[in-house]
Amino acid sequence: MRTLLFLLQKEFKQIFRDPSILRIIFIIPIIQLLILPWAADYEIKNIQLTVVDQDHSAYSRQLISKITSTGYFRLANYTNAYPQALKDVENGDADLILQIPVAFERQLVKENEATLFLAMNAIDGVKANLGSAYLRSIIQDFNREVRMEWIQLPRLNPETQIDITTSNWFNPLMNYKYFMVPGILVLLLTMVGVNLTSINIVKEKEIGTIEQINVTPIKKIHFILGKLIPFWLLGMLVLTIGLGIARLAYGIVPAGSVLTIYAFAALFLLAVLGLGLLVSTYAHTQQQAMLVTFFIMMIFILLSGLYTSIDSMPTWAKWITRLNPVTYFIEVMRMVVLKGSGLIDIKKHLLIMLGFAVVLNSWAIMNYRKRS
Amino acid sequence: MNNDTAIRTHDLTKRFGGFIAVNKISFDVKKGEIFGFLGANGAGKTTAMRMLCGLSIPSDGMATVAGFDVYKENEKIKKSIGYMSQQFSLYDDLTVKENMRFYGGIYGKSNQFIKEKTKLILDQLQLKNEANLLVKSLPLGWKQKLAFSVAMFHEPEIIFLDEPTGGVDPVTRREFWTMIYKAAATGTTVFVTTHYMDEAEYCDRVSIMVDGRIEALDTPAALKKNYNTNSMDDVFLQLARKATRKSD
Amino acid sequence: MKQFFVFIKKEFYHIFRDKRTMFILLGMPIVQIIIFGFALTNEVKNAKIGVLDFAKDAASTSLITEIQASRYFDIAQTLSSQKEIEPVFQKGNVKLVIVLPANFNAELTHLHTAKIQIIADATDPNIANQLTNYASAIIRDYQQRITENQQLPYTIQTQVRMLYNPQMKGAYNFVPGVMAMVLLLVCTMMTAITIVREKELGTMEILLVSPARPFRIIVAKAIPYLLLSTINIASILLLSVFVLGVPINGSIWLLLGVSMLFILVSLSLGLLISASADTQQTAMFIALVALFLPTVMLSGFMFPVANMPVVLRVLSNVVPAKWYYNIVNAVMIKGLGVQAIWKELLILSGMLIFFLGLAIQKFKIRLA
Repeated sequence: MRTLLFLLQKEFKQIFRDPSILRIIFIIPIIQLLILPWAADYEIKNIQLTVVDQDHSAYSRQLISKITSTGYFRLANYTNAYPQALKDVENGDADLILQIPVAFERQLVKENEATLFLAMNAIDGVKANLGSAYLRSIIQDFNREVRMEWIQLPRLNPETQIDITTSNWFNPLMNYKYFMVPGILVLLLTMVGVNLTSINIVKEKEIGTIEQINVTPIKKIHFILGKLIPFWLLGMLVLTIGLGIARLAYGIVPAGSVLTIYAFAALFLLAVLGLGLLVSTYAHTQQQAMLVTFFIMMIFILLSGLYTSIDSMPTWAKWITRLNPVTYFIEVMRMVVLKGSGLIDIKKHLLIMLGFAVVLNSWAIMNYRKRS
Repeated sequence: MNNDTAIRTHDLTKRFGGFIAVNKISFDVKKGEIFGFLGANGAGKTTAMRMLCGLSIPSDGMATVAGFDVYKENEKIKKSIGYMSQQFSLYDDLTVKENMRFYGGIYGKSNQFIKEKTKLILDQLQLKNEANLLVKSLPLGWKQKLAFSVAMFHEPEIIFLDEPTGGVDPVTRREFWTMIYKAAATGTTVFVTTHYMDEAEYCDRVSIMVDGRIEALDTPAALKKNYNTNSMDDVFLQLARKATRKSD
Repeated sequence: MKQFFVFIKKEFYHIFRDKRTMFILLGMPIVQIIIFGFALTNEVKNAKIGVLDFAKDAASTSLITEIQASRYFDIAQTLSSQKEIEPVFQKGNVKLVIVLPANFNAELTHLHTAKIQIIADATDPNIANQLTNYASAIIRDYQQRITENQQLPYTIQTQVRMLYNPQMKGAYNFVPGVMAMVLLLVCTMMTAITIVREKELGTMEILLVSPARPFRIIVAKAIPYLLLSTINIASILLLSVFVLGVPINGSIWLLLGVSMLFILVSLSLGLLISASADTQQTAMFIALVALFLPTVMLSGFMFPVANMPVVLRVLSNVVPAKWYYNIVNAVMIKGLGVQAIWKELLILSGMLIFFLGLAIQKFKIRLA
């Protein structure tokens, strides 16, 4: 036990003696947490629409003004040539083309049926899908208005109308920051933690001090704990600052208890720090450690369910997300911050994280060899 | 086991794949002896030393250090030895005092011991004014002397020194050897590798390694007599010429 | 000039001798492009939902069948009372619950109206929004079919065409994005670290006392990564065409040329970082931690830049990956030529000159 105290003392002194890295550890998360959540809005608005109006009728004008008045669409261009509209899409000036063909109004009135053409840039699938869904529902509304103009429907042959009411639970204002801010905090915490530890032991290998340690009767578990505890405390500090920012800058007050978040974070940090140490015990140079860390980080972050939905992934990718500690923390954040879940609700998550922590750290201890 | 044997090896061997770095070396080192371990670069000195310190698992043969088996009791060995590696390996970003405190601590020494010993060493090295300076700011010679003192901090039975005076000026080298003598005088066994043949003269006995084998082992005087010359340099050159292995 | 090549050779030796690093460096982009190409999609598919059907009649059953058949939804829970909704959300089992009223069929046929309630778990508003929209669309289609049977006059039909990506594959969007990320981060990180490593180990001094011009030495360290990154681009492109089925619609030479420019920008950014960092760890934090999330979030492949607040839209302009992502999109997916990307090319060239100039400046000060 006493050995551990000496190790801790040494690690702390080394951390505080490098103010540049210490500054970075805190400044990067603060800045990014203040800026990045604002970018994370999938809500589709301001869809750039180019209208190809080849009809120039009263109806076409009515339809266009109805579309632009909803606020979802911005009229990027109004033309009567389809190739021009296509050029707009190519240049990125338009996302969606609405083509109103020649004699649209006449056909609708005379032949009871007319067709509108939509073409959308489908590289970003969500934007395309939602954009077309909005536009089609506006067109349906418009269609109904047209009918009402011509015939008095309700009595004789009423048009079936299903009323859809939607409600959004847990986050009725659909404030995506409640979801994004804690999520980004988790990512930052992971990056800081893994990056700090993944380099640490390799660094001692590279400068040779590890030899001097290995030749002492120090216990492996003490050595690893000596590395783990200081970074764990730093991580908890970063978390605290992050939660403070969430509260002060975004007004996010968790519906559940902050202590639940801390309880989970305590295990989570052990797990990711253990992972960093594990990388560190395998790598020969800091460069290798960094590359491997980068590789793992990329998978952890992009397959965490924060940016894209896990449900949409193929089965094998879902398995990867189950092996990703970040996924669990993001789920826990959602549950605690928005749904007010308590320790009992996240019991499963806690156990799994405990498993991660135990396995990764034991592996790191086992793989750290004092003898070659 | 003879009670005044500090290190004993028999046919100790280390292979890396097909390469035999250390080939069946056998020798005894007596307690309190200054044992010189000579050889050209790449002869296998460091590998042999690392096996004795418990940093590297032997491929074959037997060895005991301070009465403990290198295979099974390597962690016990570590309590009884000090080691100063070729590469300077104190923490650059800790101060002189902090380094001593740290190493004293992990060898399980009491605070009282650490305090007194630190004071003693600072006095001996005349580093009192530098006690709170970061190690990286010290000149190389001082660093080496400090590294030696730190390796000796927990008062080990045996101290292993791997080319401790590499790159150090002659005056410092002389001082360094004074420290080694002092250590030996208190009963510490000194196992030292070196390139400098004048340093070999300071040893009680020297062994000369060529291509992973020990080609000669005796007191400097006896070696000179056997090889019919009056300098260790000559002895070494005669032996080293036999080497077929390329130095690194 | 001859010295310059000597240095480049030395760097190649360093890299190629370290088999492990080489392996990771060349293998990583392959694994990543495959994983992300298949796994990432902005679209929500197979979302687990719950159905609370109070009617259990012909109409409700056929609507539920339609919902189940859609690729967006997977009915995971059949609920029997209002009270069960909250717990399934709490456990995170479903993301959406559709409530069908009792007498659904009767109301539809006799009153020509019915009320359907859609309740979304809005903890992730983006997903909630999409799911609500998809569910509404399915219900509206269902309604339209009933209406069609009623033979209503004055009907407007819509025909939808999906440009560039008719199958709506996520890979079309994410391949360019992941390409930009991998190239940027690997190049920046590796260059920054190799140089700082020499500083840390003290070997930099030895190089700097040689008669070669100091900045050449530094540039020489970046060159092998230019080659390695070119190999990476080739493997990424081969995989996206042959494994992910993302075509190269434009000129491959233009695409390669632009990619080289982007790599140069990344390498020079790495040089700049190495000029300011003293330890490998600092370099790593700047190159990886500081660049990672902004690249993911501000380059436009994850979140449309047009949707962002003005400040972020302005800020996104300094993210090199954004411009490269736009270029790859235009050349690779849309099949456009130089005239469509000249602006991006100019900006990237400007960035290259800026980073390189600043790095030279900084090194000069340090070396003087």
